[in-house]
Amino acid sequence: MRKPIYLDYSATTPVDPRVAEVMCRYLTMEGDFGNPASRSHAFGWDAEKAVERARGEVAALINADPKEIVWTSGATESDNLALKGAAHFYQTKGRHIVTVKTEHKAILDTARQLEREGFEVTYLDPEPNGLLDLGKLEAALRKDTILVSVMHVNNEIGVIQDLAAISRIVKPRGILFHSDAAQSAGKIPIDVAALGVDLLSLSAHKVYGPKGIGALYVRRKPRVRLEAQMHGGGHERGMRSGTLATHQIVGMGEAFRLAREEMETEATRLKGLRMRLLAGLSDIEEVYVNGDLEQRIPGNLNISFNFVEGESLIMALKELAVSSGSACTSASLEPSYVLRALGRNDELAHSSIRFTMGRFTTEEDMEYTIRLLHEKIGRLRELSPLWEMYKDGVDLNSVQWAAH
Amino acid sequence: MAYGTKVLDHYENPRNVGSFDKADPAIGTGMVGAPACGDVMRLQIRVNDQGVIEEARFKTYGCGSAIASSSLLTEWVKGKTLEQAGQIKNTDIAEELALPPVKIHCSVLAEDAIKAAIADYRKKNGKDENVNAA
Repeated sequence: MRKPIYLDYSATTPVDPRVAEVMCRYLTMEGDFGNPASRSHAFGWDAEKAVERARGEVAALINADPKEIVWTSGATESDNLALKGAAHFYQTKGRHIVTVKTEHKAILDTARQLEREGFEVTYLDPEPNGLLDLGKLEAALRKDTILVSVMHVNNEIGVIQDLAAISRIVKPRGILFHSDAAQSAGKIPIDVAALGVDLLSLSAHKVYGPKGIGALYVRRKPRVRLEAQMHGGGHERGMRSGTLATHQIVGMGEAFRLAREEMETEATRLKGLRMRLLAGLSDIEEVYVNGDLEQRIPGNLNISFNFVEGESLIMALKELAVSSGSACTSASLEPSYVLRALGRNDELAHSSIRFTMGRFTTEEDMEYTIRLLHEKIGRLRELSPLWEMYKDGVDLNSVQWAAH
Repeated sequence: MAYGTKVLDHYENPRNVGSFDKADPAIGTGMVGAPACGDVMRLQIRVNDQGVIEEARFKTYGCGSAIASSSLLTEWVKGKTLEQAGQIKNTDIAEELALPPVKIHCSVLAEDAIKAAIADYRKKNGKDENVNAA
């Protein structure tokens, strides 16, 4: 068994060897290295053909028309283009945007920027299971609301929002609907027609493709307009200028093609692994699953081990590559803002670990993880004054803590 | 985050983990921090009639640096008088463990813990002085 065991597939995935092999054909003199925008020779035409084939593969995974796919550098750029692009284009219609507190920072930070530009943003609280209450969403919509952005799958807790139901509330009001699907693409079926989204952000590196490439789905019927955020040669129908990264794009295309073919069997396998992991931990006291267990992607398990601090647990689990909160925020000492938004108390938020399984995770990995967790949780609880107090029947909420 | 070798050593082989009877008059207990902040340290000292710390025990809920800071502290206070132990500075702990700036608060907590334990002992034994406890 190779150690550390990689259980952080929601942070990123390795490039599938089949994808890497295809990418290598688009880099060197011997390969199709041309600029897809070159119209005057075969080098350009061949590269363009490869790019369009990949566009077709990405579109096919989400049941879109290839013309609705805009290449970007990743889901963060897609989120920026969707939010800023739509807000800037439609600002004469209204200046109010609705999103959720558990969104990725690429949405939240972009929304903050739009607030600085004079837009108004409503940040909805999710329910304790991480899902959005549709009644609260409806109540937040106003006459001047131009855009609603709700992520499809949360990166920390893996819960799946009901986009189709959200769309049924948002669309009749003539409001645009965006969703960040970086964590759902290739894991659960996506049908942009059935879900009723106008804009959808995608990333390659969460789906066994390369880092540095993503896409934004932009609906054509009815047409959604965006103000470009990157100006230049007018690539991607003027929505995103910049020479297309052919090797990255074919990598994303191949990754999405493989995902389409293998998603169903892989989902069943991953669900089995997660059930095994959860069952293996069920005899440990004071363990809490964060987020809804049913409406959740198969490969995610986010758990709080009460009375054990997350960072010390990660240190104890050095043979596992797992994360506490999301990788983007773990440099700070703050507990996960996602778990806090669910109403989890700070102690449980501090004690959370995210396990995300993927294509190369085995049953053996799960058995090892279960054994290791039993050993390390036991050891750290022996060290924990809170565990001792809990065992002695002390109500920790009744203690006067010396806050610092 | 990468940890220094001394932090790792104390984290993997923590010294003097455990508890003393809080009610024992020879025991001083200091508990500092809060679960909501991500660290709680409990330090206990056994003090003899000469005012010398004979033994120390700790339990800590917190990151590796917090565990290491309290483990180190139990080694340092052993054999010291209450006065000497009360003079241990967080900067000494931070320096010994080579704590990075974001982990300095762990050493501050350890200094608070020994001061609180000394204050508790003195209070119990009617020697309440104006100790700058946590």
